[in-house]
Amino acid sequence: MATNFEKVVSLARKNSIWPLPFATSCCGIEFMATAASHYDLARFGAERMSFSPRQCDLILVMGTISKKMGPVLRQVYLQMAEPRWVMAVGACASSGGIFDTYSVLQGIDQVIPVDVYVPGCPPRPEAILDGFMKIQELVNAEGLRRRHSDQYKSLLAGYGIQ
Amino acid sequence: MTNEAIQLKLTEKFGDQLTGWEEPYGMLTFTAPKELNLKVLQFLYDDEALKFQFLTDLQAVHYPDNKGAELAVVYHLHNLVDNCRIRFKVFTAIQEPDVYSATALYQSANFMERETYDFFGVNFIGHPNLIRILNVDEMDYFPLRKEFPLEDQTRIDKDDDMFGR
Repeated sequence: MATNFEKVVSLARKNSIWPLPFATSCCGIEFMATAASHYDLARFGAERMSFSPRQCDLILVMGTISKKMGPVLRQVYLQMAEPRWVMAVGACASSGGIFDTYSVLQGIDQVIPVDVYVPGCPPRPEAILDGFMKIQELVNAEGLRRRHSDQYKSLLAGYGIQ
Repeated sequence: MTNEAIQLKLTEKFGDQLTGWEEPYGMLTFTAPKELNLKVLQFLYDDEALKFQFLTDLQAVHYPDNKGAELAVVYHLHNLVDNCRIRFKVFTAIQEPDVYSATALYQSANFMERETYDFFGVNFIGHPNLIRILNVDEMDYFPLRKEFPLEDQTRIDKDDDMFGR
């Protein structure tokens, strides 16, 4: 079978994403349903929840992030090793949601770069799975070199990382 | 213990310095001058009949139209022996929001006064560690004062036309 090394690595990465659930509220409950037997996130090679940021590939931010939580989230993101992906699950993580107030971060993309946004309040498990498959598409298409690109470096520099 | 008996004891001790007596939903409520807050608390705590030795709650209210007395600090006290509750308020001007701290009398006032400082900017004199407790340390205003609208006014990411401001 003719292929190349880059495609093999992408395929392997895509089907073994270790998620880190960063759950702060009701979206986290939906994620529990997603990970349980009925919706079964394990089908996508993601049954191993990594509760340590050091060994995970994908951080799932599920729930309201207050401004005081912002630096904590950023710290967790910085502890993850490259390549790393971020999924903002639900209205609060994506935009602050209904909490348009002094204490709530208006979307986690103010502190870390986000790959996929999942809408909903909270999103159904199908929506979370759809977002996860979008991440898989990204991982598959990304190849080995994207993280060395100037575009990616300038994106991270925009967040003051590295 | 009846509300009348409590009111009688307090007026016996403090005379007409205590004002604004009322009983909303049966709960005795009154107002004291802010210089007297610790004396009133101490009397309610020490008196053998009153025994209000539990501080249920302490918080502030902002009345922007009440010139010269914009901030009210409200104490909720509980007599655990007779299961009786009262509430009393002191008012202070917002330009000089100084109120004596009740931490020496009630340990629980420590957290609640810090919280009240955090949200209303009431300066509790004598508090051992009066710094922000719930909000981010960098915050440079007191969010529950009425001059600050609920929505975050510093944000630039949402379009005013679409979000109805």
